[in-house]
Amino acid sequence: MSTSPSLSKLVKRFCRILPKHAVLSEKEQLYPYECDALTAYRQTPLIALVPENQKQIQAIVDICRELKIPIVARGAGTSLSGGALPHAKGVLLNLAKLNNILEIDLDNRTATVEPGVTNLAISDAAKRYGLYYAPDPSSQLACTIGGNIAENSGGIHCLKYGLTVHNVLALKVLTIGGEILELGGKQPDSPGFDLLALMNGSEGMLGIVLQATVKLLPEPHSRKVLLAAFNCIQDAGNAVAAIISSGIIPAGLEMMDHFAVKATEQYCSPGYPKDAAAILICELDGFEEDLTDQVAWVQKILNKHRPVEVRLAKDKQEEELLWKGRKSAFPALGNLTPDYYCMDGTIPRKHLAKTLEEINVLSEKFGLRVANVFHAGDGNLHPLILYDANQEGELEIAEELGSEILQLCVKMGGTITGEHGVGIEKLDQMCVQFSPAELNTFHAIKSAFDEYELLNPGKAIPTLHRCAEFGAMHVHRGRLPHANLPRF
Amino acid sequence: MTDIRSDIASRVEDACRQGQALQILAGNTKFFYGRKIQETPLSVLEHSGIIEYEPSELYITARCGTPLNEIEQAIKTENQILPCEPPHFGAAASIGGMVAAGLSGPRRASSGAIRDCLLGVEIINGKGEYLRFGGKVMKNVAGYDASRLMCGALGTLGILMSVTLRLVPKPQHEQTIAITLNPADAILKMNFWARTPMPITATFHDGRDLYIRMAGSPSTIKRFADKVKGEPIDQGDIFWTNIKEQAYDFFLTDEPLWRILVPPSTKPLDCPGSCVMEWNGALRWYATHVKAPAIHSIAKQAGGHACQFRNQIDTQQVFHPLPSGLLEIHRKLKRAFDPQGILNPGKIYSEL
Ligand SMILES: Cc1cc2nc3c(=O)[nH]c(=O)nc-3n(C[C@H](O)[C@H](O)[C@H](O)COP(=O)(O)OP(=O)(O)OC[C@H]3O[C@@H](n4cnc5c(N)ncnc54)[C@H](O)[C@@H]3O)c2cc1C
Repeated sequence: MSTSPSLSKLVKRFCRILPKHAVLSEKEQLYPYECDALTAYRQTPLIALVPENQKQIQAIVDICRELKIPIVARGAGTSLSGGALPHAKGVLLNLAKLNNILEIDLDNRTATVEPGVTNLAISDAAKRYGLYYAPDPSSQLACTIGGNIAENSGGIHCLKYGLTVHNVLALKVLTIGGEILELGGKQPDSPGFDLLALMNGSEGMLGIVLQATVKLLPEPHSRKVLLAAFNCIQDAGNAVAAIISSGIIPAGLEMMDHFAVKATEQYCSPGYPKDAAAILICELDGFEEDLTDQVAWVQKILNKHRPVEVRLAKDKQEEELLWKGRKSAFPALGNLTPDYYCMDGTIPRKHLAKTLEEINVLSEKFGLRVANVFHAGDGNLHPLILYDANQEGELEIAEELGSEILQLCVKMGGTITGEHGVGIEKLDQMCVQFSPAELNTFHAIKSAFDEYELLNPGKAIPTLHRCAEFGAMHVHRGRLPHANLPRF
Repeated sequence: MTDIRSDIASRVEDACRQGQALQILAGNTKFFYGRKIQETPLSVLEHSGIIEYEPSELYITARCGTPLNEIEQAIKTENQILPCEPPHFGAAASIGGMVAAGLSGPRRASSGAIRDCLLGVEIINGKGEYLRFGGKVMKNVAGYDASRLMCGALGTLGILMSVTLRLVPKPQHEQTIAITLNPADAILKMNFWARTPMPITATFHDGRDLYIRMAGSPSTIKRFADKVKGEPIDQGDIFWTNIKEQAYDFFLTDEPLWRILVPPSTKPLDCPGSCVMEWNGALRWYATHVKAPAIHSIAKQAGGHACQFRNQIDTQQVFHPLPSGLLEIHRKLKRAFDPQGILNPGKIYSEL
């Protein structure tokens, strides 16, 4: 039983606006919310609320504003950066029950949905009209559109069809002030500043998404999938650059290194050449007539980069098998190791080979294996650091290695996160990527929406104080003093 | 090449200290767009030149004063284009002005707006601080998306010093075809086609004829041109340049020209005046003397918004009025970037 009187008062207050079963405050009820998909960070919230409609959310926000209680919104909890990590003294706002598809507007090719609708459910609902929602994170079966917007999520097909920000047309956002903002619309452009873009990737810190209208695209006429295997990773990297600069934008262009290939073969036998140093999977889509030429063209480019094999999938079955391997890469590697830590840096494509080399050097230096599976077409790397949390100190080594990999990405002219967000995880690396004046601007943006820092406080943007501390520590390359203390 | 960044930064710093408002200028080709303001001019045109262009990376970084012409020439030789097909409205148009105005061209409905291809910016804010947001890579979610905030803000949040834009390959082959259709049928057709995979990269309806630009291999184009039963027209390039640059007859009017954006399938609006359409019907240009509040209300009823684009009669409300809650957030954001309110004050709304 919860003992704190203030907690029991609070529970009572929430029970006045929500059904009893929607107010969770017992330890075992809170346990499932303890972490998102970044399991290294855990924290139970003070209270978890499971509203069923907009009115209830508004009432919750009114109470939290009045009592200055932090709110962390949660979709499916698949964030890989600790974005949905609860606040010890706050409300965890589970939006999963707001999962209605409100409208499919065929004439304007849009879907209007509640925030808890899953990514895949949108495409499923649009399918019978021959339409689909383009951004396709690997987690699409589980993750919600609210979470996708908060993280500006990407997927395999983002190379051609853009990220979440390019595919969301309108949002209804509830501010902590209790105001409902209507941003964007089914019409293009909006008067005033582009707040619609600002909301994408804002990690639940500027407002709560109550409703989203997204763009639906017609299913492409036709698709082709190619596999190419290489003996050396540089050749694969150069082939990627050559394809993109030849005037073709593939629907997807993915790369896996030797280690990832081997793991996947063991896991689900997608038919990848086991000895290859790297493989590329290239999907082309468009009109049948154009595709034949494009495939021939891409094959020619691949053949110029000393492949050991170039294979065009014969039929839909083989195409699916080739993709299955890529999509199972994480679980496949998970099979080989007790724990893994997934990084998300992005670099300009031309530095692919060099960056991979340096990651190898770092991997050796820290004594942990790193597998590489990534969106090569847009330079978004997902190095997976394999470690064992049960081994004393290994998590810390993994984190330190991860931190160096991200700093390497910044050095290469890239960024510390391409699609997973900063969350709680990459706060220190934000200090590397941004100057104090830039960070101050971010804080000022936050404050324009949420003066008292009640929405997802302590995430995404580090304080200057924290950066100063990180800078000092960084010079000494020491362990964090009081590593368990919050450093917001 | 002179780098005048530090000069500009210190001028802004001084202005901030003295509370002196500045009017940021480059090519001044879009002088007609937005509310009229008259402040101490600060030209950034001199800060010019392409900083980085690597065709295989599909991006270009250029200083704000770089002529749009120079950029389009440079990428053309590598068979690339700006996906948003921006209007120039004059030879002096600069890349910074393009981003600040945020006006996209005919390709908007098929390959996105200026904000969609904007990867990163470097700005000087209203305190004279030099800031960088976004970057050179398409995938980047570190920090709030402050770079896209600059797009369409008409210089009210910061002075763009350099911008990085995503490029796309130029379509191998394009062909424009025309069909005679009344506006209501044209809207139906465009939006029906948009639901199926069609190689359409631009649409324009002049009140009588619907013009459709298709891209792809000649055989693909032929197949779809036959399907829509259109007549090919010659010199499609020139045709679309005239639409984009508003050199087409319709635009050469002395009447107030309104830019109205609505959900694309919206039926013809009940609004007196003459009208042409782009973007599958989502963009409707009206030449009309109807008063501003009436047009704003027509646009709003259709679920859209309206702006007085050229030949304004009401110089107060140029852009669609914002609801008070939204305006308040705008005010606070303006203060976050420009606490003294010295950068192009009043250019979008009198309050900003
Ligand atoms: C196996 C696996 C594969 C993945 N693959 C990809 C991938 O390919 N590409 C990719 O980009 N990501 C990927 N992810 C990461 C993750 O799925 C995405 O970040 C996803 O968008 C999170 O959605 P969610 O509903 O789970 O959000 P949550 O994890 O619940 O929350 C994420 C953030 O969104 C906020 N939030 C949630 N709902 C709202 C709302 N309504 N309003 C405001 N803020 C809200 C939360 O506060 C939090 O900050 C993967 C994750 C896993 C576990």
